[in-house]
Amino acid sequence: MPLDRKIAYIDLTTGDIQTKSIPLDVRRKFLGGRGLDAYLLYNHTNQGCDPIGPDNTLMVSGGLLCATCASATARTHVMAKSPLTGLLGSCNMGGFFAPEMAWAGFHHLVIKGKADHPVYIYIHNGKIEIRDARALWGLSVTEAQWAIRDLLSDQEVKSMVCGPAGENLVRFANVMTGIKNAGGRTGMGCVMGSKNLKAVAARGTMDIHIAHPKEALEYNKRFIDQIVSAKVNQTQGTLGTPFIWGATNSWGGIRCRNFQYNQCEYADDIEPERIDEIATETMGPYHMTGCFGCQVHCRAQYKIPDGPYAGRYDEGPEYTSQGAFGGETDTPRATTVLTGNHLVDQYGMDNLETGSLISWAMELYELGIITSKETDGLDLRWGNDEAVIEMIDRICHRKGWLGDTLANGGVAAAKTIGKDSFNYLIQVKGMSNLHSDERGTPALALNIATSSRGSDHLRSRPAIDLYHLPEPVMRKIYSSPVPYDGPLSSEHTEYIGKPWQVFWHENCYMAVDCLGICKYHTTFLGATLPNFEDWARVIYYNTGLQFTPQEIWEIAERCNNMERLFNLREGLTKDDPEKGDVLNHRYHDEPTRRGAPDVVGRVIERDKFLQMRAELYEHKGWDENGLPKPETLKRLGIDTEPSHLL
Amino acid sequence: MAKALYIDYRKCTGCRLCELVCAVFHDGISNPARSRIKVMKWEAEGLYIPMSCQQCQDAPCMNVCPVKAIYKDLELERIAVDYDKCIGCRSCVAVCPFGAMNFNVHDRKVFKCDVCDGDPQCVRFCEEKAVDYVDPDEVSILKKRDAALRVSRAGKEASAMIAQL
Repeated sequence: MPLDRKIAYIDLTTGDIQTKSIPLDVRRKFLGGRGLDAYLLYNHTNQGCDPIGPDNTLMVSGGLLCATCASATARTHVMAKSPLTGLLGSCNMGGFFAPEMAWAGFHHLVIKGKADHPVYIYIHNGKIEIRDARALWGLSVTEAQWAIRDLLSDQEVKSMVCGPAGENLVRFANVMTGIKNAGGRTGMGCVMGSKNLKAVAARGTMDIHIAHPKEALEYNKRFIDQIVSAKVNQTQGTLGTPFIWGATNSWGGIRCRNFQYNQCEYADDIEPERIDEIATETMGPYHMTGCFGCQVHCRAQYKIPDGPYAGRYDEGPEYTSQGAFGGETDTPRATTVLTGNHLVDQYGMDNLETGSLISWAMELYELGIITSKETDGLDLRWGNDEAVIEMIDRICHRKGWLGDTLANGGVAAAKTIGKDSFNYLIQVKGMSNLHSDERGTPALALNIATSSRGSDHLRSRPAIDLYHLPEPVMRKIYSSPVPYDGPLSSEHTEYIGKPWQVFWHENCYMAVDCLGICKYHTTFLGATLPNFEDWARVIYYNTGLQFTPQEIWEIAERCNNMERLFNLREGLTKDDPEKGDVLNHRYHDEPTRRGAPDVVGRVIERDKFLQMRAELYEHKGWDENGLPKPETLKRLGIDTEPSHLL
Repeated sequence: MAKALYIDYRKCTGCRLCELVCAVFHDGISNPARSRIKVMKWEAEGLYIPMSCQQCQDAPCMNVCPVKAIYKDLELERIAVDYDKCIGCRSCVAVCPFGAMNFNVHDRKVFKCDVCDGDPQCVRFCEEKAVDYVDPDEVSILKKRDAALRVSRAGKEASAMIAQL
């Protein structure tokens, strides 16, 4: 049964390892994955702990449905206090790691302490060992994974690792698995590095009994038919996420030159079709690849066509790399994007954060806030491809004054750089924005401002807001599984009804993350894709647990509130420019300069934004300061945290 | 004549759904170690190759079996194991040139692809049809078409290059 997968507590300081069963009532409250991680984080870290000290606790998990016969249950979730933001650290990645860990007997790891030399954790059919990783220290993301396979003489081992960026305590270092599956944002790789933990390796051949195998199999087939029939997923399966960048850029929703423009011109060389052409030329006509059990297969395989890294193999690029190393820095050249993508994959460093900080530094350079003295002679002008690639390397290895400064993250860097550099930093809660520009879309702006891990598109983005769905369709989606009869607008430039949409998606995506499935399999990019109703069935068929869709919604609410409680405990206040639910002032003060008629000339109006935020707090059962009301916590059964159930 | 599995590994995206549904269909259990089909991977090159039983005409597993537990099922054109006769000596596992005869450590039994009695689940679930179920004499026709197209394209490209000289 998926329910008999265990939790292990691993103390790297003492070498002590304890395993426990996960009680059913804890499952019923938090399911697994991100939700249960949020509970564990609140219960196993002390207030104000140093994110890169031994007291920080690192959670590694698969979702409730991980490795079952539900579709696309590949996601690995990792959580800790973030060394980038000082608030919630959380990341989620595809690939094959979490299912392997589940077949090895475990759904959750709680890793504490710090090893006195580099180590890796090896999980094999119910057993856990801490092994020497001195020979692995310094290796790149893929080198480390292949070396572990050789050490264990087993080519089927799956590992999640930190790369050189994590070892160098770059505050936005990723955990990585496979070629490019990245647990990005908030620096969970940095936490691994700080614990001298190079990798967690798993290999398992233990049975996971499916409660109702026949029904689970048939429902999986139904899911797949539904998922691959969605046009958006067919496009994902052909062009990958670059298609999103292409579409948003032509419309005017992409950051260019940090935040000066909302569209990147002369970008033919990084349009999705061009990226696809390169993948076809270098890897042949069948070059799309997928995560465990997924039929969307959204990422391409490619080799870098030219330049100093010509011939290197990688996967992607995701649209985030187009944005980070093409649009934001105004270097829309395929070689730069594909090389930048390859470097961050091998270094284990967040592409969004890296590109965003480089473009911020470029703007500071243009303004004279930093000069060639701070850049050690590097010409950080817009459009300088070599400078972008060089900066990626400098940040990972903390080379030069600027490389070292940016490696500490934007908010810390702004303090070091001084002057009014902070005003130009496009971040929320200390985490840089995606490459997107939300000035034309209030719903998306509210989403990034209030997301629990800082500016983020994967926690509550109502992306389907851009589809101008007919109102009855919107009503159908947004008034289930809990009733809603308030206002809704199909107009993406509107402010009304948006808080409810953000709230709805926040719960939807939390549920997805608790189950351990991919967001392309829910109401994220496709309005017709499965959600709460379907999950109630899929959970029952696979685990035998019975939930109503409303109960799943309530679990999601509970988990979101756990994350909020953690953030509040670590110092979040709603209007704090570094830690609050606010946007950079440029969203409100600088109108967009490019794009389609419905985008150009737009700002997020301050008063309307604050009204949206207040409404969102109300939907969530929070008071006007963004604190969960006592009755909300009581209703959700988390009014006495930490409760140490696990 | 019954159909046969046809694997075109170039189309494989490496997702391993075939392994999952194979194990769940046969055993009601998620565990790739129970799967009759297995995707072999060389991730560093992006190479994924699904491996399964070839249902050989002159099957080494059948020939080597000391108790004649392995036989040819002509109706479904498959090599099958008679578990009433099988003594679990694993000679078939040792001799199979494709590694397609497996041993299940949980139930202590050998197992192999049985084409799901004519509705192979790996094929049903593979949207890419990297694993397909076709008439055996059609396989070479499909490959011929594909190769002919490649030859023709290569010819056109060569002429274009000559024209540019």
